[in-house]
Amino acid sequence: MQDDAFIELDGVEKVFDVRKKTGFLKRERRQVRAVDSISFTVARGEMVGYIGPNGAGKSTTIKMLTGILTPSAGRLRVAGIDPSRERKRLAHRIGVVFGQRTTLWWDLPLIDSYKLMHRMYRIPDGRYRENLERLVELLDLGPLLDVPVRQLSLGQRMRGDIAAALLHDPEVLYLDEPTIGLDVISKAKVREFLREVNAERGTTVLLTTHDLQDVEQLCSRVMVIDHGRLMYDGPLAGLHEVGESERTLVVDLERELPPIEAAPARVVKVEGPRQWLAFPAGESAAVLVARIAAEYPLVDLSVREPDIEAVIAKMYGEQAEKAQRAVS
Amino acid sequence: MAERNALLDGLRAYRLIAGMWVRSSMTYRTSFVVTVFGNLLVTGLDFVAILLMFSQVDSLGGWSLAEVAFLYGLSVTAFGIADLVLGSMDVLGARMRDGSFDTLLVRPAPVLAQVGADHFALRRLGRITQGAVVLGYALVAVDVDWSAPKVVLVPVMVVSGAAIFSAVFVAGAAFQIFAQDAAEVQNAFTYGGTTLLQYPPTVFGKDLVRGVTFMLPLAFVNWVPAAYVLGRPYPIGLPEWTAFASPLVAAVCCALAGLAWRTGLRSYRSTGS
Repeated sequence: MQDDAFIELDGVEKVFDVRKKTGFLKRERRQVRAVDSISFTVARGEMVGYIGPNGAGKSTTIKMLTGILTPSAGRLRVAGIDPSRERKRLAHRIGVVFGQRTTLWWDLPLIDSYKLMHRMYRIPDGRYRENLERLVELLDLGPLLDVPVRQLSLGQRMRGDIAAALLHDPEVLYLDEPTIGLDVISKAKVREFLREVNAERGTTVLLTTHDLQDVEQLCSRVMVIDHGRLMYDGPLAGLHEVGESERTLVVDLERELPPIEAAPARVVKVEGPRQWLAFPAGESAAVLVARIAAEYPLVDLSVREPDIEAVIAKMYGEQAEKAQRAVS
Repeated sequence: MAERNALLDGLRAYRLIAGMWVRSSMTYRTSFVVTVFGNLLVTGLDFVAILLMFSQVDSLGGWSLAEVAFLYGLSVTAFGIADLVLGSMDVLGARMRDGSFDTLLVRPAPVLAQVGADHFALRRLGRITQGAVVLGYALVAVDVDWSAPKVVLVPVMVVSGAAIFSAVFVAGAAFQIFAQDAAEVQNAFTYGGTTLLQYPPTVFGKDLVRGVTFMLPLAFVNWVPAAYVLGRPYPIGLPEWTAFASPLVAAVCCALAGLAWRTGLRSYRSTGS
């Protein structure tokens, strides 16, 4: 990995002015901080996952990085370019894939969309042919090139969109939910392809996703954003520590009893004779089980490992309770 | 220099995108043919209505059939050209609502050219054809002593008129960005009735703009210069030189529309959706 910062954000903010209607013709102005003083750098060739709940500021960040939106404050550079000032110049150097909307031409054969890219981005003929050939091979697009886009399946279209975003040799690829709605096989194909592009061309990849498997399988680094703030930035494994992850012990007692007392474990849920206890992931489950078995009439038990989603949900704070209920 | 490059870039992008739309529409050949004929028929009926009126009376407000045809042909041709070039700008509102407007902003081409070429449709040639036919008839039938300035004025009127109508389309699109912003914000707070609130931008974009705003510059598309050509008194007693002011009015309209567009785009980029 090289050390030059390819994407640089320094105290970037985005404040939206919203006008709330408070009466007939009367309006109240309020400011919403969608992105609140975010700073990070991404080196050339890195693959970074950018995750967070809906409305956390993910899309706003991506929109600022692509020049769609202008930051309210802070400094932002992509490949040394200020995106909002030089939108068109930047366009030649970035590729963008919006998972939920295609940029392909609905009624025309797939190849026609690529021909348009060829001319619109002024890609040299030789380079275009080479890239197209390679992308078609890697993404299995050969039989699809002459098929109108409207006849493609979601997974085929996503692969088509990804190829369209890479024809002009972008140095950075932004992917917004690239695997949304895809079946398992299509997901695997897309992931494998992204890994290859990253390894082969050194393309920097920044992806937002709700599917944490994307992050687990692709990204050496993950950034978690919530309420416009960067909550975590580091390797995926480190999330467990930061999130103070907990394991869950589920015990079935002989009969209904008041909540078990066995610190540091705490009861998070009681349902008849069944109780759920959360305890720090670092503690030994055996010791805890022995203590409970000695004091309570134990019938059955199971231990649940923390999953990454629960860890992240915990980081989101107010969502923690909801997630725990879902886990149990 | 940079401005000139931007213009060439824009025209090139426009041509590329318009070409894609034409090819798209050709995939539904029957539908294409039917709409072309439908378009010719509908716009043609407009003129038939005028013909019918003249079958009962000899003049309309003191204007002969050929003179009315002259006015009609001029404005329909000018509007037809603008409609062909920029007529789909009201798709912008929908594009902003579904978020596909963002995909235009990550392309290395001027946004105005991309939006202008959006949904480019050759069927709109129908209106131009019909306007040109009527105008052709009028030029032959009208009783005018053709002097050099009068001859020059006819193409000048068509081109300036097209430019003025185009400016109105662009200004309408810019307005949609503002209106969209307002509707979006309201949606965020009044959960009910969101569908209803989605309509105003489009409705304004089309009817308000087409209906009301076109009336003002329309005076310069044909009323004033046509009055000169036909040797009739000016609508509101304007001085004679105003007959030749159409290009100037068109230039001012375009400049204002360009400014409105830039302002609108800037507000979008700092507001988001």
